[in-house]
Amino acid sequence: MTATTEAPLSTKRRKSTSARQNLFGWMFVGPFAIIFLAMLVLPIGYALYLSLFQKSLIGGTRFVLFGNYVKAFSDPSFLDGVWFVITFSLVLIPLQMAVSLAIALILDIIVTRFARFSRLMIFMPYAIPTVIGALMWGFLYSDTFGPLAELFGTFGAQAPDFLSRNLIFYGLLNIVTWQWAGYYMIILYAALQGIDPTLYEAARIDGASQWQIVWRIKIPMVAPALLLILVFALIGTLQFFNEPKILQDLAAGSIPNDFTPNMYAYQQAFSLANYNYGATISFALGAVVFICVYIFLFATRKRGSIFS
Amino acid sequence: MSVTPVEVTGTKAARRNVVERRRRPRERGRIPLSIVLGLLMVYFLVPFWWLIVNSSKTAAGLFGGDSALWFADDINYWGNLVDLFTYGGGIYARWLGNSALYAILGGVGATVLAVLAGYGFAKYQFAGRRLSFAILLGAVMVPTTALAIPTFVLFAQAGLTNTIWAVIIPTLLNPFGVYLMNVYARDAVPDELLDAARVDGAGEFRSFFTVALPLLRPAIVTVLLLSVVASWNNYFLPLVMLSDNRLFPVTVGIGLWQSTASTYGAAGGQTLWSIIILGSLVSVIPLIIAFLGLQKYWRGGLAIGSLK
Repeated sequence: MTATTEAPLSTKRRKSTSARQNLFGWMFVGPFAIIFLAMLVLPIGYALYLSLFQKSLIGGTRFVLFGNYVKAFSDPSFLDGVWFVITFSLVLIPLQMAVSLAIALILDIIVTRFARFSRLMIFMPYAIPTVIGALMWGFLYSDTFGPLAELFGTFGAQAPDFLSRNLIFYGLLNIVTWQWAGYYMIILYAALQGIDPTLYEAARIDGASQWQIVWRIKIPMVAPALLLILVFALIGTLQFFNEPKILQDLAAGSIPNDFTPNMYAYQQAFSLANYNYGATISFALGAVVFICVYIFLFATRKRGSIFS
Repeated sequence: MSVTPVEVTGTKAARRNVVERRRRPRERGRIPLSIVLGLLMVYFLVPFWWLIVNSSKTAAGLFGGDSALWFADDINYWGNLVDLFTYGGGIYARWLGNSALYAILGGVGATVLAVLAGYGFAKYQFAGRRLSFAILLGAVMVPTTALAIPTFVLFAQAGLTNTIWAVIIPTLLNPFGVYLMNVYARDAVPDELLDAARVDGAGEFRSFFTVALPLLRPAIVTVLLLSVVASWNNYFLPLVMLSDNRLFPVTVGIGLWQSTASTYGAAGGQTLWSIIILGSLVSVIPLIIAFLGLQKYWRGGLAIGSLK
């Protein structure tokens, strides 16, 4: 690809400019490019390579081409994990977006000191490591430390156990929403603040109500920010690991080692030393994420995405 | 929506008029919305409250029948703090130090690379720019955990696992940071200004340091904050790479304690639980301070990618 897109100059001048542009362009991008190749391209290539082999105690390492992938896509542990993260995303992402959008819209309407303070407090969980976030909620859910038994007990009711097998889905849903809603809210709030206020005035003169302004102006105007959030949430959720891993010990028996694809890959690689199969699962998961996001972005491109 | 004359006359008086008028409808519904906001704030702060209250309790208070959301009669912060920093030969302080080291080296390194590359992509028309930028955008969508297993195997072959570099080097990769810097640099650093510097005889690096860097400051602080937080909060990578607990960051360390305490059950791990709770609280304080202190920088910066 040639890079000379400037207006026609004399050939000699253009040549020297373009050489200069090449030299300095690559000098600035170079250090990152090296890390990119070493820490992203190489590991991906290596994961693909590892995934083409199988290791056994008797036969040693042998080339199996897509054998591991055939195994993964018929392995109930992997498939159930993929199914779990997909269903989890389908519930989580709309919920998270609704919560963060609602808060951002409220904060956009009321501009009091209290509102400013609450904006900061609601954002706070973002600064907390997911490990600690999961642990805090694990304590709150626990019947030993948590307030749930006490609270429900005063009404004479049985407290729900969010660490039980049936409710762990909701337990995790709450943790992830709590952790990220504030960050998404800040992004949406900034996008709302960027809207030209004269639009609201124009709408109001045309007789629009506050609700109509929200639905017809504010939400469509922050659509690119919503899309950005959706993509990040999708990438994050499909590789779900930290929260279930931390709750695994607290929620005895509710979270098996193959709960999510990432946990399964971790178990295969580091508990069973089966790096080939672990790499297969990682690579397959990475490909699933990449393809999902890419298709999604392609489908929504017209509406103005950050990646278009 | 039609445009009324009020908006097209862009005089100051008219604008002030608009501001006056748009404030009035905003007042309505302010109290119910503030109540909603207050309730949301309670939800987002409950885990912090639980942590603050329960880290004051002795093991007996923690497991006694007292309220989980209020202090026990015996406030034991100091005793727990001493336990926390002496347990296991003072390993907790070491974990905190490790977290700081990884966050600072990894975060600063990633930021430096992102600033250089983002600027390079924005301001030089070098050969291969479009292609490499397209690859970079694709890389934003690659789930980082998918890289952990192959990176681990590669590092194991190089003898780098279980060293600080195994955590720091992969942290240097931050494609989203490059993307943010590029978006920001495109508008924040006018080409005319760089050309003027060149005409004045400044070299490319000199104009970068003296002209571009000061203009890029808000984006630099944001990328730095995001990278530092991401590496302070990282769990999966150090969990995979490190086996010597003296190299653990605080996230992995607390995860380890928690898993140990859970294995022993509520009875055996009683003292451990109080230090886990206080340890969680102490580990989040530095980030909360960083976020509160740097508020005016990140508030605008976090939205960089979403306004386009």
